[in-house]
Amino acid sequence: MTLMNGVNFKPESLNALQKVTLRAVVMSFLFYGLASIEGMIMRVASVVPDIPPVYGEPEHFFSIMTVHPIIGLFGSTYQLVFAAFMFLVPYLTKKPLYSVKLANIVWLLITIGSATAWIAAFIWQYAPLYTLYWPLPADTNQFKTIGGIVFIIGVALIMFGTFGFIYNIYATIFARVGIHKNKTTKELLISGFGIDGMLNLFHKLTGRPPYTKEPALSLPVVAIFRGTVDTFLDAVVILGAGILVLIYLIADGIGSPLDLAAIDALLYKNWFWWGLDLVADGLVLIYVAGSWYLLATIITGQKLFMENVARAALMLELLVSWMVWSHHLLADQGQPEMMKLVSGEMVTAFELLTQGLALFITLVTLWKARPLKPTMELKYLLGGLVGFGLAVPAGIIQADMAMNRVLHNTQWIIGAHVHIAIIVGLYMTLYSVVYVLWPLVTNNATLWSKKLANAHFWLHLIGGIGMGAFMGMAGLDGMLRRHMYFEGEYQTYMILAGIFGSMILFAWVLFMVNIIMSVGLKGLVGIFLPAKDDTASYGLDPEPEPGLVKA
Amino acid sequence: MSFSNSLELLSFHWMAYTIYAFIIISVVAWFGYNLTRKERVKSLVRIPFYGYMAFLVAGGVGHHIFTYNVVPWVSEDITRHEITPDKTYDITIKAHEFFLPKEKMIIECGEKVMFNVVSEDLVYGFGLFRQDHTMVTQMQVNPGSRNDLLWTFNHNGVFNLMSTEYSGPRGNKMFIKDAVEVRGCDTKVAMLEGGMQ
Repeated sequence: MTLMNGVNFKPESLNALQKVTLRAVVMSFLFYGLASIEGMIMRVASVVPDIPPVYGEPEHFFSIMTVHPIIGLFGSTYQLVFAAFMFLVPYLTKKPLYSVKLANIVWLLITIGSATAWIAAFIWQYAPLYTLYWPLPADTNQFKTIGGIVFIIGVALIMFGTFGFIYNIYATIFARVGIHKNKTTKELLISGFGIDGMLNLFHKLTGRPPYTKEPALSLPVVAIFRGTVDTFLDAVVILGAGILVLIYLIADGIGSPLDLAAIDALLYKNWFWWGLDLVADGLVLIYVAGSWYLLATIITGQKLFMENVARAALMLELLVSWMVWSHHLLADQGQPEMMKLVSGEMVTAFELLTQGLALFITLVTLWKARPLKPTMELKYLLGGLVGFGLAVPAGIIQADMAMNRVLHNTQWIIGAHVHIAIIVGLYMTLYSVVYVLWPLVTNNATLWSKKLANAHFWLHLIGGIGMGAFMGMAGLDGMLRRHMYFEGEYQTYMILAGIFGSMILFAWVLFMVNIIMSVGLKGLVGIFLPAKDDTASYGLDPEPEPGLVKA
Repeated sequence: MSFSNSLELLSFHWMAYTIYAFIIISVVAWFGYNLTRKERVKSLVRIPFYGYMAFLVAGGVGHHIFTYNVVPWVSEDITRHEITPDKTYDITIKAHEFFLPKEKMIIECGEKVMFNVVSEDLVYGFGLFRQDHTMVTQMQVNPGSRNDLLWTFNHNGVFNLMSTEYSGPRGNKMFIKDAVEVRGCDTKVAMLEGGMQ
């Protein structure tokens, strides 16, 4: 009975904004499950290469490896982050979302795009990996042209969805309605870039009154504003790479192949990493810092510690995130040494400063408000802090010319840095956001089991750290991240990483059981039915606003 | 203090990072425990904000200064165009296959060796590995640009050659056993199957 009806969830009571948020969240966690299963297939194949569906064939193994980040990062993480922010920006700015219809298009495009890219790898085994190093994605000696075209179309749909999200966020922020009725675009821009925080600090140092006592945008909205700049640039670069690959593939398909050497591989690598790194070092770190600040203020009910410094740091991160891409090219001997030193090492090191600052501000804000209740959102927030506390220094260590020579492309980078950053740092932060938003987006639906929620927390935390740690140790012993081993070279590490990886997958199953039992299967279906209430905001007095669109 | 090969550096790194990992997990766990206690625990230490910031800057930048001074291949790599190598090996990669010099690559202890690697199609990697699969050194090999790695070998060993960059499923077989031999060193870091390093 509970399975069908849930505890007390009433989907018909949800407005358009709540429904579109939940739709994307549901798709996000389904894709998360798919990414976890893919991850476990690769983990097991690293121990027993002959297991189905890999069957000891690198073509299968690498096609899974190609779609794993597409499904995990775009299908799941992008969806979850976009859903949360398209709910939070209206909620925090006390304005309606610019367009619920566009928000629906966003989750549909990302869902269809992720599924399309997945199909390209599944059917045609298109496997250039997410790095798309030129000219591999256009190598029709190894990959079928049709597979490449379908894959690129899938990625392009995801990027179009991303542009939709960006437009919706900025249109909402710049809408001069509600509390921003009398604000100018200039005031909103200054606040969005964190310049007001910087000016406040400067005024304080020079003994003048603050530039502004009440910034136009709250700090989490500033972080969303800032991170979205990088999201835009990243989407432009990825889409540009996709168009380039598509041109070559179509030319090949019609029997007029173009010269692959016409594109300089190293220059392409620079351009591609500049854009791609904005996901990791701009978008993720900024969005995460903003989420920590928001969570700390909501959990404590108090003002953020050192808010002006935090605002200024977001401005600093703008510059840092645009100048760090060379740390991906420290093993490229054609890369100018000065770029390796300045961009690859020194500017990258500033990420330790900006992320360390975010960690410090969040912890002190929590500390000043103690004692706090050990809520799920607090536990997950602390888990997220641990994740980035481990992963950021692991990345900084790698972004060093001495270490990179023996760590580049090893399991260290993908295990100790990337997977701990995403699974432990990013996802635990996002789970905290989910628990904070849960009562708001579900109209106070009761969670089915707190025990399951706790089991999910510990399994996810221990599994994430354990898997990343043993992958990292294998990397220190020379295991490459993009290679299939057949002789049991790193067997012990891979068995241990697999055991911890299975904890992550099991944690996801527990989470899904808890959520489905809470909302019920009927409730789950109800989320996808049209909303009777077309309100595009939450917590505002109902009044006619421009931009309201039916879900 | 100086690291003469990757094994020494990575052992040090393993130890340092493991200690750090336990510290950061313990610090957040301590916070988590005390945040929820009813009795307000006093801070163990007062960390001044600017002291913390200085620590982060010192950690981020100092780490590079430290490795530059104790890891010999950093300065050697940066100044490799001003160094005359004792030996130069020209290697080509095409269609997922290494084309090595006709003569076996045998290196005397302490020699500075330049590996010039050219790719005629895809992005590959050039990596030397010990018989226990640990990495000696590596670089990326991009088509159309310079890929030169200067390396000084300080320990005996017979090393396998692998591509360290993904170049499609066919690249998984890019492996040449015992491609490089180093001899004449007195020091023996470890006795391993097929060679010493």
